[in-house]
Amino acid sequence: MSILVDNRTRLVVQGITGGEGSFHTQQMVEYGTKVVAGVTPGKGGQNFEGIPIYNTVEEAVKEQKANTSVIFVPPVGAADAILEAANAGIKLIICITEGIPVADMVKVYNSLQGKDVRLIGPNCPGVISPGKAKIGIMPGFIHKAGKVGVVSRSGTLTYEAVKQLSDLKIGQSTCVGIGGDPVIGSKFIDIVKLFNEDPGTEGIVMIGEIGGSAEEEAAEYIKKFVKKPVVGFIAGRTAPAGRRMGHAGAIISGGKGTAAEKMAVMKKAGIKVVESPAEIGITMKKALEQTKAKQQIKTGQKPAPKAVAKSRTLTKAPTKAGLKVKPAAKKAVKATAAPKTKATKTSATAKAALKSRTTAVVRKKAKTAGSMKKTLKTKTVSKKK
Amino acid sequence: MKIHEYQAKEIFRRFNVPVPKGKVAFSVEEAVEAAAEIGGNIWVVKAQIHAGGRGKGGGVKLAKSPDEVRQLAGEILGMTLVTHQTGPEGKLVKRLLIEQGVNIEKELYVGITLDRAKSKITFMASTEGGVEIEKVAAESPEKILKETVDPEVGLQPYQARKLAFGLGLSGQQYKNAVNFLLSLYKAYQATDASLAEINPLVVTKEGEVIALDAKMNFDDNALYRHPEILEYRDLDEEAPLEIEASKFNLNYIKLDGNVGCMVNGAGLAMATMDIIKLAGGEPANFLDVGGTANKETVANGFKIILSDPNVRAILINIFGGIVRCDRVAQGVIDAVNEIKVEIPVVVRLEGTNAKEAGDLLKNSGLNFEVAKSLSEAAEKVTAVLR
Repeated sequence: MSILVDNRTRLVVQGITGGEGSFHTQQMVEYGTKVVAGVTPGKGGQNFEGIPIYNTVEEAVKEQKANTSVIFVPPVGAADAILEAANAGIKLIICITEGIPVADMVKVYNSLQGKDVRLIGPNCPGVISPGKAKIGIMPGFIHKAGKVGVVSRSGTLTYEAVKQLSDLKIGQSTCVGIGGDPVIGSKFIDIVKLFNEDPGTEGIVMIGEIGGSAEEEAAEYIKKFVKKPVVGFIAGRTAPAGRRMGHAGAIISGGKGTAAEKMAVMKKAGIKVVESPAEIGITMKKALEQTKAKQQIKTGQKPAPKAVAKSRTLTKAPTKAGLKVKPAAKKAVKATAAPKTKATKTSATAKAALKSRTTAVVRKKAKTAGSMKKTLKTKTVSKKK
Repeated sequence: MKIHEYQAKEIFRRFNVPVPKGKVAFSVEEAVEAAAEIGGNIWVVKAQIHAGGRGKGGGVKLAKSPDEVRQLAGEILGMTLVTHQTGPEGKLVKRLLIEQGVNIEKELYVGITLDRAKSKITFMASTEGGVEIEKVAAESPEKILKETVDPEVGLQPYQARKLAFGLGLSGQQYKNAVNFLLSLYKAYQATDASLAEINPLVVTKEGEVIALDAKMNFDDNALYRHPEILEYRDLDEEAPLEIEASKFNLNYIKLDGNVGCMVNGAGLAMATMDIIKLAGGEPANFLDVGGTANKETVANGFKIILSDPNVRAILINIFGGIVRCDRVAQGVIDAVNEIKVEIPVVVRLEGTNAKEAGDLLKNSGLNFEVAKSLSEAAEKVTAVLR
């Protein structure tokens, strides 16, 4: 499972004929994303590599049933492009554009409140559900389908974290770049909520940075509602106060928004906060193993746990499921005696399932597979050393 | 972008926000002339630098005669002013603001900025003027009144009235305060400011409400539609290396450490600085070379980093996503050959074609330390520093 984007995503690219727009449209199509339309005012009726171009988003929605939009429009027109998409009935808008004036975004953000539309970004790398859809500018090949959700304010730092996860054979359900600006459509808390509610997400990586208080707000939510393991990192502990560190939103102002402050609040909320960005992957690996072990112990203590009964109902008839409760309980008691063996068994099956899924994805995308092999090669070389 | 107090007051005048009579002076003579033009018998001589705390640092003085204006202007112009915001090295004073003295009854505070949690503009006011507002916020937050502005309609008169009453004003002072606040919001909104702060805002015995100080910052992303604000940029207030870097479209911030770093992406750049520190070094800079790390950007990055004499090693950390690592590696090799880098360079290239990039670096005949992972990169930096 995944959040926000998947096989049902029908994408319209706003600014499809621009330099960035055309390049990344090709990349997205290559990854397997369903790009159904493009919009460039004045170029309606033309097409971009077979993708029909429209003058308005409204037409793209009407003609091609686009439900998601990605925006590559320059900063001057980007706020307008977001509003156009929202009012054309697009449900998910992903704005990549960097450099939109804050005043424009304040208007856009507040005008979208209460409407049935979600905005990701601006100034973000986009959203990817590995193996399903890639919407944005991130390199597809570093991702791997799986069960960890990643949410981040950064671009390349997210790729770094994702690469660490994939190298450890931890796949991702969805990776969301929420953007580095002070006013963004979706904040950490919004995405963490989605990951928490997604049964296909078993752990969450949250990568924040200095400035604002969005990490703290998400931490409060996590403390109260999230049982899944959360690994966190905050970039910028060495950043000086009062300076804008690249991202418009990465600034410590009035002594507020420091990395130390954020890390402390996150730790208090039970988030596994890493000091070094090099430890994001390995910490998540350990956290997942711990959760699995805990679940095993729990399964052992409680006879006939809900999860077991539920999964059975899915495959077998309800009456049978009812009958099976007793043996399941027996098994559970046995599991208490030898929890280790059971744990390895389950994880082995899970791994096998993951493996088969990933290979399927690789086969589908011949081009992606090529670059994947290359990365694999690099890995073996580094291991030998 | 930051501007000087006298520039902010020029903007205020345009929007009918009351300020004291005043004039900028670049020399002692100009200061004396300004005082004569302003008239009266009491003047304030104020150092103009992009930092707060000027009064405490000795950069704001009262003069009771034209001779005293001359004497104080001579003292302050050319002095290195050290405040809590300048750092220990201080800032050289090159401009003065000469202002009429004001008959102060009360000192208040008002400020406008973005409330990031709400994604709306917020108007703040406090009776605790003339002191550090961060201190008030930390010690007695109840003394800061707040009004959130609906972006659809802007600051409304009822909100300005609420703030003015909240400040304990009445009669003529109250009326003037309401007009002041509404005008200030207009100035903020019309110029795409990111901060407008008046500390102190003074109420005079005559019932006037005047901005005794004025601080305005602007949204860099919106400067394209405000050429008049861009003209206020004072290059003397910026670090020379940062100005140089901006010419190459490089995002560079100078720090005090000994390890220079060159990274693509702001988040990864900050994380790289952090990991240098964790490994026992001190980052010498923040440098984001952006999405296209080619030979030119890398060469320019090297030039900027090496202009800092404190730098003893350089760490290059590039995550090649769309950018191909072998191309970046070639850029690094060419740049090093071209500008003769004599200090150790640790290179970590990850992502597309990372292996080819590693081979290129190793076979270049140049003395690179090639790292595979982030942690290895940090370890190698520490090792070369020893």
